[in-house]
Amino acid sequence: MKKTLLPILSIMLLIGSVSIGFGYSEKEGEELSRSSVNELPQQEQNESLAAFNTMMKVLTHKRCVNCHPAGDRPHQGEDSHVHNFGVRRGPDNHGVAALRCETCHQEENNEFSGVPGAPEWSLAPLSMAWEGLNRIEIAKSIMNPAINGGRSLEETVKHLTEHELVLWAWEPGVDADGTPREKPPVPKEKYIAAVKKWAETGAHIPTE
Amino acid sequence: MDISFQINGTLRSVDVDENTPLLWVVRDVIGLKGTKFGCGKAACGACTLHVDGEAVRSCSYAVKYAEGKNITTIEGLGDADNPHPVQQAWMEEVVPQCGYCQPGFMMATAAMLDKTPNPTDEDIDANIVNVCRCATYYRMRKAIHRAAELHTANAQNS
Ligand code: FES
Ligand code: FES
Repeated sequence: MKKTLLPILSIMLLIGSVSIGFGYSEKEGEELSRSSVNELPQQEQNESLAAFNTMMKVLTHKRCVNCHPAGDRPHQGEDSHVHNFGVRRGPDNHGVAALRCETCHQEENNEFSGVPGAPEWSLAPLSMAWEGLNRIEIAKSIMNPAINGGRSLEETVKHLTEHELVLWAWEPGVDADGTPREKPPVPKEKYIAAVKKWAETGAHIPTE
Repeated sequence: MDISFQINGTLRSVDVDENTPLLWVVRDVIGLKGTKFGCGKAACGACTLHVDGEAVRSCSYAVKYAEGKNITTIEGLGDADNPHPVQQAWMEEVVPQCGYCQPGFMMATAAMLDKTPNPTDEDIDANIVNVCRCATYYRMRKAIHRAAELHTANAQNS
């Protein structure tokens, strides 16, 4: 099911870039200006901006930003405090020799201990730091292959909508006290649809 | 559910709920009591053991993840006749007070020395974040440096 979406998405993106004339592939890594957004038919423009707004409500949420820190310390909790126990990024974003992310975090949430878990639990690389950025800066960072891990738009969409660590945000489990963690303010399906809509309509980033 | 793994070099198979914390399988099913329960929240490190050579807090590790893996507990790290450098150093520096936290500290230290054979004080602070209610940290730091010396000497001799 997931696999069939990608070719369709690619075709739609291709059609979009040809017919509209400023697809992301032609302006790699470059911010698209408001004037180019304004060239879209009004309805599509509205849809693109609405999708962006929906997507960014999720990507600026603590469930995402806690592990996209600007420094070498992960954050945790609803108040995004610096991770307890002096946990550090380490050379591979998975912690240090005897205090790896996997020392405590496994592939699923642990409902007994309240330790969250998902496949590939780790910090985002420092180049992908979102802490302290506004939503436009975060979006630019996501779209810049020089710092987004070399991802194309298609790969970025796949990561944002399919990766289990990203989607963990909607299954965040309970904390050490047994209190459920807060989920992003947008339902998962609505977020996934918004990311795809945003990409289909040219992945525009507003200037403000 | 049947789950099989090597523990201290012996193949074991256990029939338990797959989400049982490995700690309780090690202590209550297999009967190795060296690994301790402190907090059950992955916060104190008393339950630290090795899974495929990596430090793991077993109170927060479902036994299903251990399938096919190699587990080492404090009992398998070394013995009285052939102590691991960490155990040797711990004895030389007379580290423990009540002793409850010590197996977890020793397992974390052994995992650190495998990858960081000559840790600085800063490395120790970053890696060994277990909790000791008796505050034996000062002696532990000395013992960790001593263990590093022994570990290096052993490596050179082997
Ligand atoms: S008992 Fe596992 S970390 Fe405290
Ligand atoms: S020696 Fe007593 S808790 Fe550490």
